Amino acid sequence: MTMTATRRQFLAAGTAITAGVLVRPATLLAQDDALASLVKAYAGSATPREGRVKLNVAPLVDNGNSVPIEVVVDSPMTATEHVVGIAVFNEKNPQHDVALFVLGPNAGRARVATRIRLATTQKLVAVAKMNDGSCWTHTVEVIVTLAACIED
Amino acid sequence: MSPSLRVLKINHMARTVITIPATAKRGEVIEIRVLIQHPMETGYRRSSEGAMLARDLIRRFSCQFEPLAAPANTPAKSEAVFSATLYAAIAANPYLSFHTVVNSSGVFVMQWDGDNGFAQTEHAAITVR
Repeated sequence: MTMTATRRQFLAAGTAITAGVLVRPATLLAQDDALASLVKAYAGSATPREGRVKLNVAPLVDNGNSVPIEVVVDSPMTATEHVVGIAVFNEKNPQHDVALFVLGPNAGRARVATRIRLATTQKLVAVAKMNDGSCWTHTVEVIVTLAACIED
Repeated sequence: MSPSLRVLKINHMARTVITIPATAKRGEVIEIRVLIQHPMETGYRRSSEGAMLARDLIRRFSCQFEPLAAPANTPAKSEAVFSATLYAAIAANPYLSFHTVVNSSGVFVMQWDGDNGFAQTEHAAITVR
């Protein structure tokens, strides 16, 4: 009798755990833990969501020493609705930070571009922070054939 | 050479390229592109002798706008246009592109600050037709 009860409890618990694992959002699973924690730290109290921001970078990079990137955010850029900041993080360079940009309502267009270094094939994430506090992300995988030199 | 004569370290200004339209319509969105000559030494590399190369980065860039025609009796107030914090992952000779709305004629003041006391300011004027 007690044996059956324990077995049932065990099965029920197992099912609950499995369901919990399966229900975890795909975005959380897809993103590397290091990147996710960086995005979370930048987002502050907001929950970062995917969308509205586009990180444009060539999927195949010949030279990791200078990789053009562009971040475009879907925002009307008005006084009431605009982007206040954009952050870019990398996964596998010696340092995860790439750049932080501060924009204002007078920017007119939420688009920034620069050139970065990539030490190896890795993921990049762009995070846009809106004036209402919401945060939006876009993660891109980049293949690097010639890495930026870490040693000489 | 007399000991009283010393060659002072000459602080060469880094070369910059600032691309900005000379004129714009009132309320127009313009693109500003800036580039500065700088090695952006990461601090993660070694020389051929094996010694670590000291970090030498531009850490910060900021762009302010100073309107020319300020209303009477008010000092021209500069407004923040754009700023960036740069890290070792930014390529040598850092290039940045950003946008702004132009409402009046004035001067954009670009400032770069970095390691080893690096500081440089450049100006770029724009006329609103």
